[in-house]
Amino acid sequence: MADETTEQPGQPAAAPAAPAAPAARSLDDIKRDPLVAAAVARVDDAITGAREQVGEITLVVDRDRIVEVCRAFKSDGFVYLVDLCGVDYSKFPGNTNPRFAVAYTLYSFQKNGRVRLKVFTDEETAVPSVTSVWKTANWHERETFDMLGIQFSGHPNLERILMWEGFNGHPLRKDFPVRGIDTGARIYPEVFPEGGGPKAGSTGKDVKDVNIYKGEWKNYGLWPVAQIGGGNGAKAPAPAPAPKPVAAAPSEDEG
Amino acid sequence: MLDVHEMEVNFGPQHPSTHGVLRVLLRIDGERIIDAKPIIGYLHRGTEKLFEHMAYPQCIPHTDRMDYVASATNNLGFVETVEKLMGITGQIPRRAQLMRVMLSELQRISSHLLWLATHAIDIGAMTPFFYTFREREVVLDLFENYCGARLTLNCMRIGGMPDDLPAGWLDDLEAFVDRFDAAIDEYESLLTNNRIWKRRTIGIGVLSPEDAIEWGVTGPPLRGSGVNWDLRKALPYECYSELDFEVPLGINGDTYDRYLCRMAEMRQSRRILSQCIPLIKATPAGDIKAKISRVVRPPEGEVYHSIESPKGELGYYIVSDGKSQSAYRCHVRPPSFVNLQALPAMAKGHLVSDLVALIGTIDIVLGEVDR
Repeated sequence: MADETTEQPGQPAAAPAAPAAPAARSLDDIKRDPLVAAAVARVDDAITGAREQVGEITLVVDRDRIVEVCRAFKSDGFVYLVDLCGVDYSKFPGNTNPRFAVAYTLYSFQKNGRVRLKVFTDEETAVPSVTSVWKTANWHERETFDMLGIQFSGHPNLERILMWEGFNGHPLRKDFPVRGIDTGARIYPEVFPEGGGPKAGSTGKDVKDVNIYKGEWKNYGLWPVAQIGGGNGAKAPAPAPAPKPVAAAPSEDEG
Repeated sequence: MLDVHEMEVNFGPQHPSTHGVLRVLLRIDGERIIDAKPIIGYLHRGTEKLFEHMAYPQCIPHTDRMDYVASATNNLGFVETVEKLMGITGQIPRRAQLMRVMLSELQRISSHLLWLATHAIDIGAMTPFFYTFREREVVLDLFENYCGARLTLNCMRIGGMPDDLPAGWLDDLEAFVDRFDAAIDEYESLLTNNRIWKRRTIGIGVLSPEDAIEWGVTGPPLRGSGVNWDLRKALPYECYSELDFEVPLGINGDTYDRYLCRMAEMRQSRRILSQCIPLIKATPAGDIKAKISRVVRPPEGEVYHSIESPKGELGYYIVSDGKSQSAYRCHVRPPSFVNLQALPAMAKGHLVSDLVALIGTIDIVLGEVDR
């Protein structure tokens, strides 16, 4: 950030010189910013880093104390959780932090300003859920879990939200191929047990092998050709399917 | 054991009033909703993943396809976020800023007209549909004259606008602006004092201001609950700070108030448009693009920026590694996704037929919910 300019290769001196960027403020200076000072004062030791860019303040927070920090910010006026999302830093050049980050964007109506909190975590370690602080965090955390596989401890129902249950992998991870994976979705999902598809990072070469269903074909497999193309002159009548008991038919006990 | 009085019913995903492929798992006692659980993801296309694999300018057509009835505002949010990260927000020519504002407000009108048509038709009022689509057609024609497309506009570029306004466009706009207030009066004469409409909307889906903020609800649903917050006023972008308009607010936070809010918002959008016309005539023609490199390569860092889309706060969070021409991570904060989360809280205790009104009043677009 120290001397980043907006100069672009290929078009020298086209853009007028960017307004002289103010020298980057230190961690303590950012903590004293009137926007965040009051909240930071309560949880000063939980904030391990800070950065300011394009007028936005980012505070790096100790992962295990994120709920406490969020409560402090909420009681200081940051009542609106704008956004919560995860980032996979595994392919970020020069990254030394743990693999994942979760970014919380908060907004204060009184101060009319936003602040971003950030925690770092790895594949195994869960981030404490902030659903107890803001109800709106529920779906955001589910989406972050679904897309990146970041675990949130204390979430009321941490299940997939955009992908279907049983999907194998987390699409926004950097090792997930952009063209997707063959999930075997053309066959009914009951065929595959939970997480039965190919692994994320698969090259696609092994997909066919993985997806061959080794078990017995049930009724929901392919339709026998004779039944579909039989026509009216077919001699062999299609075997009448045995009527199956309908599970939990609430028919007899209606009052 | 299953309580014989309670039933689980799937509402959607193939139901015309869900405005797409929304599925709501309802637990009902007779007609009364005990619990509602929205199930989404049927329209998930991995937009955020695609953003990571294409250059910034290539992403703009993909933003069209999120909220596909309000693509101009999607474009605007994306290009402004990239501009903010590159530090060129102040270099956008005034003519381009005004064009962006005009297209956004036209888009707000067209999105609200579509909302009104479908919301009314869900509740059982067929007639407003024909009236609103009459005006929406004019707005779409204006879009078509400008950029060639009617829905997926792709009408903004990083650093400015793709083309100048075609000849005669402002006259067409002026003609539309002149008669649009009368058209809103016409819609209101059909609904605002209609006894059936009031019965179906007053007191339905009440959202208190505290709850609305707690659920992160934004846009007309937030303002319908009486919270005076509009990003165009709170954190003004482009040239909204010098335009004169008001933020309509509701009182009770019910479906009727949200309806009144959106109707009043259309009038305010018309006001903004009428102010823009003389302003844009005073700017030099053709000055629509900042002088920046064709290669968009923002510095390393992260940025969050949001605009007031017709549905609420539309935000983009971009992480750039400073080396590549594509975003390292681009997260979209879609207003529909967040607003939809409040549906169970609003629906509890109401009838199934009211759920149809509630889905309409949140004004979701599933392309944006699922991305």
